[in-house]
Amino acid sequence: MSEFIEYSLLGILSGGVTALIALSFVLIYKGTGVVNFAVGEVMMLGAYFYYAATVMFGLPPVVALALGLIGIAVLAVAFERIVLRPLSGQPPVAVLMATIGMASIIHGGVEAVWGGDTYSPPPLLPRTPLIFNDILIPGAVLGNFAVAAVLIAGFFAFFRFTSVGIALRATASDPVTAATLGIDINSALRLTWVLSAVVGTVAGVLIASSAGLSPLLAAAAMSVFAAIILGGLDSIVGAIVASLLIGWVEALAAGYLGGKSRDIVPFVVVLVILIFRPYGIFGSRTIERL
Amino acid sequence: MSLRAEVEVPAVLQEPTQGLALAVEGVDLRFGGIRALRGVSFSAEPGKITAVIGPNGAGKTSVFNAISGFYRPAAGRITLGGEDITSMPIHARAKRGIARTFQNIALFHGLSVLENIKLGGHHTMRAGLLSAMVYSRSTRDEEVALRAEVERKVIDFLEIDHIRHLPVGVLPYGMQKRVELARALAMQPQVLLLDEPVAGMNREETEDMARFILDVQEEWGVTVLLVEHDMGMVMDISSKVVVLNFGEVIASGTPDVVRRHPEVIRAYLGTEGADPA
Amino acid sequence: MRTGICHETFASEERLWPVAATRVWMLILAICLFSLPLWGGDYVLAMTCIVGIHIVATLGLNITTGNTGLISLSHGAFLGVGCYTVAWLAHRGVPFYVALPAAGLLTALIGVVVGLPSLRVKGVYLAIATLAAHFILTFVFREWDAVTGGVPGTTIPRASIGNFTFVGDRRNFYLIYGCAFLLAIAARNLARTYIGRAFVAVRDRDISAEILGVNLLQTKLQAFAIGAFYAGVAGGLLGYFYGAITPEYFVLTLSVFYLAAVIVGGLGTVLGSVLGAVFMTFVPEALRLAVNASSHWFPSVAALLLPMGQAVFGLLIIVFLVFEPHGLAAIWSRVRRVIHLWPFRT
Repeated sequence: MSEFIEYSLLGILSGGVTALIALSFVLIYKGTGVVNFAVGEVMMLGAYFYYAATVMFGLPPVVALALGLIGIAVLAVAFERIVLRPLSGQPPVAVLMATIGMASIIHGGVEAVWGGDTYSPPPLLPRTPLIFNDILIPGAVLGNFAVAAVLIAGFFAFFRFTSVGIALRATASDPVTAATLGIDINSALRLTWVLSAVVGTVAGVLIASSAGLSPLLAAAAMSVFAAIILGGLDSIVGAIVASLLIGWVEALAAGYLGGKSRDIVPFVVVLVILIFRPYGIFGSRTIERL
Repeated sequence: MSLRAEVEVPAVLQEPTQGLALAVEGVDLRFGGIRALRGVSFSAEPGKITAVIGPNGAGKTSVFNAISGFYRPAAGRITLGGEDITSMPIHARAKRGIARTFQNIALFHGLSVLENIKLGGHHTMRAGLLSAMVYSRSTRDEEVALRAEVERKVIDFLEIDHIRHLPVGVLPYGMQKRVELARALAMQPQVLLLDEPVAGMNREETEDMARFILDVQEEWGVTVLLVEHDMGMVMDISSKVVVLNFGEVIASGTPDVVRRHPEVIRAYLGTEGADPA
Repeated sequence: MRTGICHETFASEERLWPVAATRVWMLILAICLFSLPLWGGDYVLAMTCIVGIHIVATLGLNITTGNTGLISLSHGAFLGVGCYTVAWLAHRGVPFYVALPAAGLLTALIGVVVGLPSLRVKGVYLAIATLAAHFILTFVFREWDAVTGGVPGTTIPRASIGNFTFVGDRRNFYLIYGCAFLLAIAARNLARTYIGRAFVAVRDRDISAEILGVNLLQTKLQAFAIGAFYAGVAGGLLGYFYGAITPEYFVLTLSVFYLAAVIVGGLGTVLGSVLGAVFMTFVPEALRLAVNASSHWFPSVAALLLPMGQAVFGLLIIVFLVFEPHGLAAIWSRVRRVIHLWPFRT
């Protein structure tokens, strides 16, 4: 039983970072209608920026994180302006392919610059483990979850209470009406990309500083697709709940079925959901018009 | 340049089809809490032109979508020639003879005019996948027969032979509407649903379209059901008019009866005593 | 200069190549291509074989994604299914002319299962579903040792007919291009029948297509099955060509490679598939030659080859999407127009 509790706790806690990645994805989908397949690569690139700033330039972790966030934000704005805006009005497949292209460029670029080796960037958070009866929870897992929780709470407050957040929500639900009410759509789109990139980078840095940094980091975002599908593409709450759920299922599968099953369980979940409940648990089913 | 069919067109296809009666009986349609249609009942007589009119948001297009099968009614039924088609799959209705055009033109931009029209004949095609991939003799004969038929019955009829190889995207609006009608006719319909066939057209284009609709009804014997805002055209060509308001039928009958119906006058003008036409 | 074309029957206009000049050109092309093993160099021949396999796979993906608009990220894994099927059958003495179609059919069956969500979900969801299928399939490739040989991989006995064994590039060439030629014609044929028109209709406006009598369920599954069939055959050819295979080959990058080939070549045309596959194979080759040439001065540059290739794929996808969404096929038809109308200009 204590084994079950340990797996469950670890899984749900590690789901916190997954929720951040999912948030990064859902923000863009909700705000701009783009399905961002580069979410894992953005996260990875942000982590490499952090690594470069700390190890190669010797900056303190917090400053390095800030630099990494700025760097990623600039790239996100550039991508939105140079690639996505000319593609607006194109079929979703074209836009989706553009993000795959972007992912490919980032991946190739990162490997060209840093190679395929695994690095260990300095930890962002203290690593004191928490021991609770005979259950040990590593400090990194706990810290990552705490950062994720604070950040997500911050986002909820932002969207609920600030005028900019409300303007973003208005743009997401009806861009044309929002524009007539005086909201600058282009800057709203830009801000959405920046926010998403920032969230992704934080997730990347958290993962890299606790589990090491290599180009394989981008693959961590793959299991997020399971969470997104489970939660429904356009639901932030759904994405978060589903991320915790997926983290839990992954940990149980890894604990009881062996480590390899961790790679596969999320995707089996995806296929099953898509066949039986295609719009997820929280997703909205749109009424189609002719 | 003369194009001549080398394949015999089956005799069945040369006779005008006798349109079937279409009846909508007590249909209710709900979207969440909104009742888009409340107990709507009317019928379209075989081989006649029936018009559905009403102010914006009255539920005209919803009726069409229910008949097409795109919306499932919460109550009531729809029959075609006496057969209940309320829960028939959308694509199967084409085979039963329901064809339609769309309010916002729904042509396929990846296909030429001719290919768009040929798609109307989709439900008559039988070739298997393998046979199509090797383009066997039977596939070829079927394709050429389809081509011959749409050329003879539809393209000549609607006078669009000069544009048949153009991509649909380059055509002016009025022409696109005509190609959509052509595609619907290629379905060899029993009942033709026309959703605002002359919306956005100028006087001349409207008259052309009205002439085509009358020709279709007279020469093909098809039952026509149309939704339209152009009151003059509706009153000129329809033999029966159904008036919807807020999802309910408020009047139906011959154009003359409907024109003088007090409910209709109120719905359109908000006052009594004026003539909506 | 050609001024116009006159057809006297519908049948003549519905032909595969309605113009006599095109038929002559196709014949010349076919003769040049099929005599290549007699006069081509080793390097050229090996490259041409790989291009041929990519052409077969791209033709299939172009039917699923280009014509029907169903985005598939599991195409690379479908090649794996075909390859391992051929390996398994060939070890049991099944001749290639049975094994290749069987590989295609089995892959088509798996394609149908992967395509099942496409009945209820569109675009994005489908992309994620096929992504999931990719990971599940590659997991099976790594773990199912009995059939796939696991991570170390497996061998594939050479294809042979009678006493003739397809050993070496020169002989495999005929196997590959025989299949490529037949499958390219089949794709063209499909496009000029009602099934091909229904594919495009489903891509452009699926609901209108359904109201016109197109069975969405059947059409989407057909598109998936055909695309997967091509991938299965391509995978089988890959197996016969290399003689050994590991799961390493069927990574997600392979699926992206084929998607890139479809976009760069031109969505929904057979010519586009061919041009895209050729172009996308030669771009990394050109890159490799450039790197080899410059490694004399920059020895470390060789390590950058693979990542640079990946970055170039991404760049090509984006550049074509933004500047030439209709791909190389559209560029080619513009060039042809200029040649036909020469010396006049449009």
